[in-house]
Amino acid sequence: MTPILIAQIVLLLFVFFMLLNSAAIMVYVERKVAAMLQQRLGPYLVGPRGLLQPFADVLKLMFKEDLRPTAADAFLFSLAPIISVTAAFAAFAVVPFGAETTFFGLLSHPIPLQVADVNVAVLVIFAIASMGVYGIVLAGWSSNSKYSLLGGLRSSAQMISYELSYGLALAAVLLIGNSLSLTHVVNGQAGYWFHVIPRWYVFVQPVGFAIFMIAGIAETNRAPFDFPEAEQELVAGYHTEYSSMRFAMFFMAEYINMVTVSAVAVDLFLGGWHGPFLPASLGWIWFLVKVGALLFFYVWMRWTLPRYRYDQLMAFGWKILLPIAALNLLATAAGVIHFGA
Amino acid sequence: MGPDQILFYVLGGVAVVASLMVIGQRNPIHSVLLLIASFGGLSGLYILLDAPFVAVIQIIIYAGAIMVLFLFVVMLLNVAREDTEQDERVHVQVHRGSMRLGAVLAGLLVVELVWALASAGTLGGTFGPMAGLPAPVTSVHVIGQVLFTRYAFPFEVTSILILVAMVGAVVLARRETPRPAAGADAAGGSEERPAF
Repeated sequence: MTPILIAQIVLLLFVFFMLLNSAAIMVYVERKVAAMLQQRLGPYLVGPRGLLQPFADVLKLMFKEDLRPTAADAFLFSLAPIISVTAAFAAFAVVPFGAETTFFGLLSHPIPLQVADVNVAVLVIFAIASMGVYGIVLAGWSSNSKYSLLGGLRSSAQMISYELSYGLALAAVLLIGNSLSLTHVVNGQAGYWFHVIPRWYVFVQPVGFAIFMIAGIAETNRAPFDFPEAEQELVAGYHTEYSSMRFAMFFMAEYINMVTVSAVAVDLFLGGWHGPFLPASLGWIWFLVKVGALLFFYVWMRWTLPRYRYDQLMAFGWKILLPIAALNLLATAAGVIHFGA
Repeated sequence: MGPDQILFYVLGGVAVVASLMVIGQRNPIHSVLLLIASFGGLSGLYILLDAPFVAVIQIIIYAGAIMVLFLFVVMLLNVAREDTEQDERVHVQVHRGSMRLGAVLAGLLVVELVWALASAGTLGGTFGPMAGLPAPVTSVHVIGQVLFTRYAFPFEVTSILILVAMVGAVVLARRETPRPAAGADAAGGSEERPAF
């Protein structure tokens, strides 16, 4: 095996491990931030400042009984969480998170900090996200419970509706970036305008960024768009009948999806690993900081905004967000033709 | 056999076996899922043909968007009817006439396919690399350029066709509701809400 191949495999395992951990970290952050916003303490007993709480949670979930309703479709019931969590992990494979590196001279020539450098990376993310819908829909259907079914139906309707705006917002950035490769798009954002303003696409595409974030929250089923699991209406929505590690897999998929959407937003709009003060080889630190900021924004939204009503969600998606996204794409295309890419 | 060939047979096998199993399922949801698996196999074949763009589009449009709609419809039908009818519902009522019509149409399709495959070589190399195109930068560039120059007319006509189909679906699906008396419930909120 060549050193490059070994480095790729190590990178792959590292990304997998970090994504697993990010779910645990996000659970802790979510609970702590929620507590802050509600003037509570949050978890503080397990480990220093409650830091080991997520691991205690995982242990607890592992030892819970794994229940399956008798009337459930056994095969699909087991398949659904697997689809969810696989899609969540797979999407991150094409997300670049740092400049090319030789790992401090260990390798003869640099490799990109990315599991798979695909030249249609943006579309791959989109495709895998659309596969992730099946996890939730099938969970809802196979449980054979009315709450699950309603949750699954809602989620499929919601995701189809918001995927359109999501895709149009992406397309506008790709027009400016002039490529479908995420690495290419990120490298287009290096440097500064007038030596002060970073060349991030968020400054050219503020509307696109807003649409992307809103649609991203809807795609990950987070509040204020968490209809598939609206507690007051649907008990727990599509995962009502799930317990133990199967439930944990859905939970993990949700947090990993958040991380992926944030990472894609950082790559597309916020300049990826480009930032001041740090050398290019340490650019991944900037990447982590930016992703962290967006994730905080996610949590902040959840504990600030109440849930929409279902018809409001649909009306907002189709009658407001989609026309704005289409106009934004049109304006961007005109701008690209007029000023050149 | 090289790795490409092995992959070809594996992916092709998945596509063919899954497609055959689609029609053998009693449960429509399982059929939908097998069709998705079949599309996945096809998408893999596109990647082997060095067309990643087409492969990803296959997943997004067919396996993603269209099949979600299929699943959605099947699930809605399940909700609308009671479990006791399940068996009659899966097996569509068999009519002699419709079966004969189906057989004739299937026969025509077979003839058409055989004709298309047999004449592919002689009809100006439809399957070969297209001559006179700009040097391939990436497949996305080439597809975009060809679509908006050489095939611009069929492309636009297709979009109009789809629009017509959409309008038709809306017209068919719209139920005529008696207009409420003027002033009564001007907001009319509850009626427009989806049922779920």
